[in-house]
Amino acid sequence: MTELRELYQETILDHYRQPRNAGRLADANHVAEGYNPLCGDRIKLFLKVDDGVIRDARFEGNGCAIATASASLMTESIKGKRADEALRLLEQVHHMVADGGSGGAVGKLAVLSGVHEFPQRVKCATLAWHTMKAALENVATPVKTE
Amino acid sequence: MSLADKLFHYDDMQAQFWRTDFPILKSKVHGKPLIYLDNAATTQKPLSVIEAERNYYLNTNANVHRGIHSLSQQATEAYEHARTAVQHLLNAASSSEIVFVRGTTEAINLVAQSYGRSRFHSGDEIILSQMEHHSNIVPWQMLCQQTGATLRIIPISDEGELRMDAYADLLNEHTRLVAVTHVSNTLGTINPVAEIVAQAHRHDVPVLLDGAQAVAHLPVDVQELDCDFYAFSGHKLYGPTGIGALYGKAALLEAMPAYQGGGDMIRSVSFAETSFNTLPFKFEAGTPNIAGAIGLGVAIDYLNGFDWEDLLAHEHSLLTYATQALSEIPGLTIVGNAREKICILSFVLEGMHPHDIGTLLDEEGVAIRTGHHCTMPLMERFGLPATARASFALYNSRHDVDVLVNAIHQAKKVFKQ
Repeated sequence: MTELRELYQETILDHYRQPRNAGRLADANHVAEGYNPLCGDRIKLFLKVDDGVIRDARFEGNGCAIATASASLMTESIKGKRADEALRLLEQVHHMVADGGSGGAVGKLAVLSGVHEFPQRVKCATLAWHTMKAALENVATPVKTE
Repeated sequence: MSLADKLFHYDDMQAQFWRTDFPILKSKVHGKPLIYLDNAATTQKPLSVIEAERNYYLNTNANVHRGIHSLSQQATEAYEHARTAVQHLLNAASSSEIVFVRGTTEAINLVAQSYGRSRFHSGDEIILSQMEHHSNIVPWQMLCQQTGATLRIIPISDEGELRMDAYADLLNEHTRLVAVTHVSNTLGTINPVAEIVAQAHRHDVPVLLDGAQAVAHLPVDVQELDCDFYAFSGHKLYGPTGIGALYGKAALLEAMPAYQGGGDMIRSVSFAETSFNTLPFKFEAGTPNIAGAIGLGVAIDYLNGFDWEDLLAHEHSLLTYATQALSEIPGLTIVGNAREKICILSFVLEGMHPHDIGTLLDEEGVAIRTGHHCTMPLMERFGLPATARASFALYNSRHDVDVLVNAIHQAKKVFKQ
């Protein structure tokens, strides 16, 4: 039960119920879609990137608490970051949830570390992040986690 | 104790007794007793089935057919005994109408590629329903791409019942086949398959029934239904995975070209020409899943040890009890309220994604399935990305429902719902 409380801690539930940066971004210049066939999570991510810096980020979609909270937290944390910094953050978050690596470098995103104890939920947590990478790289086909 | 309570009590005791045939049900998950409610995905296996597979490999392992030595003869006898068991399960007229396959999916692919590909052309129509499993959609889509035929879809009502009026309208001179599920894996709906077959036959259209969810929960009589093809999987019938059967009317199977080429399905081979074996071997290329077939035969023997009346009454009382219990949970909506149902309950909870429910229930030892259940068009119909699904089998009891309900309340607490 402790691990479960860790997974569904207050910050996660808060971001699930009231996702930050939800909706479309009219002047987005990088857009990508992600889909997790396992649980049906879908996300569409809108980024506005100027001079290599992510000025704004929004998302819409339908997902479980982990997928939604992760997308919400991600949009908050990548705003103002350079694309290469955002991609490095992806690596760190992935390392944390998939391999159980330290969340020391990811700041507030460490709330996602509980996912590591639930391997079948790693894809939920990383969906938004892979979608962000696809958006930055202008990948047209939807990202799938399987 | 009222009479109704006494009957419930007796029913529960009976299920607890049946439960002891299934060793895995003694397991614990996260320190809690396993409550297995994912039977629509696969059922657990009684000890007799597990022992039968083991016994085959321990004592009679040999390749079937054309073997002159004793072991091969024993293996062949056991394999063919299983075919007869399937014949009786479905009340087919002859065991030569029973083709062993990997499962329902392969059975449907076999019919699509063997029956459909040689016959269907551009302009032909295949009727499916909105509640089909992907395995009764994709093989037909592939066939449509190959032949130019198109799919027509029977819509369903909000309760999850086939719109029979719409079905009648879909049948026309272009219809070449109807392929529908006997029981919906997501909604539990039992479709009026006899009526579906009768209507199709009035247009001289053959019907394939997907029996994957039906065979363990309803008696099936293919002669009475008069269906042309019937497909099912052993593993949803308390048998092993990787084995299932296709029933086809002999005249249809006879006229169909071979599906896969290889050993066992031939009479003679030369580089100039191959002549094919008789039914059902024409459709069984290569060494089959012998252990699986034997296990399936024993699973059917196991099921034959029950009185269908007892099983139907037990599972129906579970359905009534579980429907009532789940309906009382605030924020919970049951998806699929057909008048005729087997004990499958798909549901959604306000403010909680099914996937989160699945994780939280697992913590309580309760195994359910969450997602689209391989019925994405059906999910689309209900405007849902996913549902949580509890599906029951003969070994489940009211106690399991109580644990499920309690686990849902626990899950809601975590989400502060």
